[in-house]
Amino acid sequence: MKHRVVITGLGAVTPLGVGARALHERWAQGVCGIVDGAGACTDFEPKEFLSLKEIRRLDRFSQFALVAADEALTQAGWEGLPYDPLRIGCVIATGIGGIETVETQHDVMRDRGAKMVSPLGIPQYMPNAGAAAVGMKHGLQGQMYGVVSACSGGAHAIGAALRMIQYGDADAVVAGGAEATLTAFGFACFNSMQALSPTGVSRPFDLRRDGFVMGEGAGVLVLEQATLAQARGATILGEIAGYASTSDAYHLTAPEPSGRPASKAIELALADAGVTAADIAYVNAHGTSTPLNDVAETVALKLAFGEQRAKQVPVSSTKSAIGHLLGAAGAVESVATVETLRTRIIPPTLGHEVPDPELDLDYVPGEARPLLSANGDSLAAISNSFAFGGHNVTLVFRGAPR
Amino acid sequence: MSAITTQQVESRVVEALASFGPDESQITRGATFEELDIDSLDLVELAQIVEDEYGVVLKGEDMKELRTVGDAIDLIVERAS
Repeated sequence: MKHRVVITGLGAVTPLGVGARALHERWAQGVCGIVDGAGACTDFEPKEFLSLKEIRRLDRFSQFALVAADEALTQAGWEGLPYDPLRIGCVIATGIGGIETVETQHDVMRDRGAKMVSPLGIPQYMPNAGAAAVGMKHGLQGQMYGVVSACSGGAHAIGAALRMIQYGDADAVVAGGAEATLTAFGFACFNSMQALSPTGVSRPFDLRRDGFVMGEGAGVLVLEQATLAQARGATILGEIAGYASTSDAYHLTAPEPSGRPASKAIELALADAGVTAADIAYVNAHGTSTPLNDVAETVALKLAFGEQRAKQVPVSSTKSAIGHLLGAAGAVESVATVETLRTRIIPPTLGHEVPDPELDLDYVPGEARPLLSANGDSLAAISNSFAFGGHNVTLVFRGAPR
Repeated sequence: MSAITTQQVESRVVEALASFGPDESQITRGATFEELDIDSLDLVELAQIVEDEYGVVLKGEDMKELRTVGDAIDLIVERAS
């Protein structure tokens, strides 16, 4: 029998500020954290949260992970570990890893010679550095690793954590994703791909959408085996009820146009959670604001939900407020989805003003609106993540009972 | 190149170690690297600084023997002269 898995802590560092609540509240208020074509975490001052040693030893992406994890663990009320450390895992994704470190150290090698490259180069760059930093700081000794699947990483990390607890390999897992790719090289690479919005505006599902806007930050969730969390008197913020992942096997960067592999991820995740499309009250879309993604996602939702149901369910994109956080996106958007279920307020897709005739779902334009239960009692939502490489992930969340 | 004084090395080593994390007031000649939470990765960085500034090459075996800040200062001064 699979264990149920609940969420007891949320943490986020995003272009809307430091904090999970800031993310959802400010997004719902219509605030956009994108400035000059980038979603930078300008409010994030490392010294406020981390020691000099931590700052010096960690790339910016790991710093984000550590601060988001601290927030989530504080909310979970973990003063000391509530379980055997060997039964607490940590899975933190990143799309790229410590790219700022690579750039800096490559400059050092070119300008001052190979012997001057920092011994911290690899430990800072390595994509598992975020997981290692969080685990080490809090003494977590169970399964710990980084997940690498580009823009699905954060969702894959949460899926892996869910399975770990469901099948009894861990009592709790600190899971999420972190990214800090707003560097000269990061922009150059994505610009060369013509993936970034030349106008610097993130407006998912809008007719004028012209690419994604890169953002940075981290999202972390504390997941616990439900009966253990209840036994220790934890406040339950929500439940992770289902997870599924498929792959396109089609193209390195373009989504598979029929939407079938992506829709299959949605269908399988619903089945995994034991719910149907009729139970889903909200979809937190991948919604990147690229011409191709937003069509493919709309097609996938229609295939998975059925045309009629798909048109009824409100769909909004967090990326309209913070840009695309790549490997952190799935985790940050999971945080936003749990907050949406908890507060029963659906934040809008910002900047969605000119409808695209091809895209005919309810993308929650304009203002935030109340989240209404789809079928009277249960309150469930999904969060989609799709990635370069063709990785599709859907997570199903349930709101905590009131 | 003029001779390097112990004082010069001491102030450079303290400055470098302080940039690694510990509070400058804790960095005395008698303080151990363990107390200062300075590990092998930090010592490699210290060796790079020393080599860059004084041309003194410190190898892994040299660093392993170092226990206190004073040990490091003395070794650098000895090698530099």
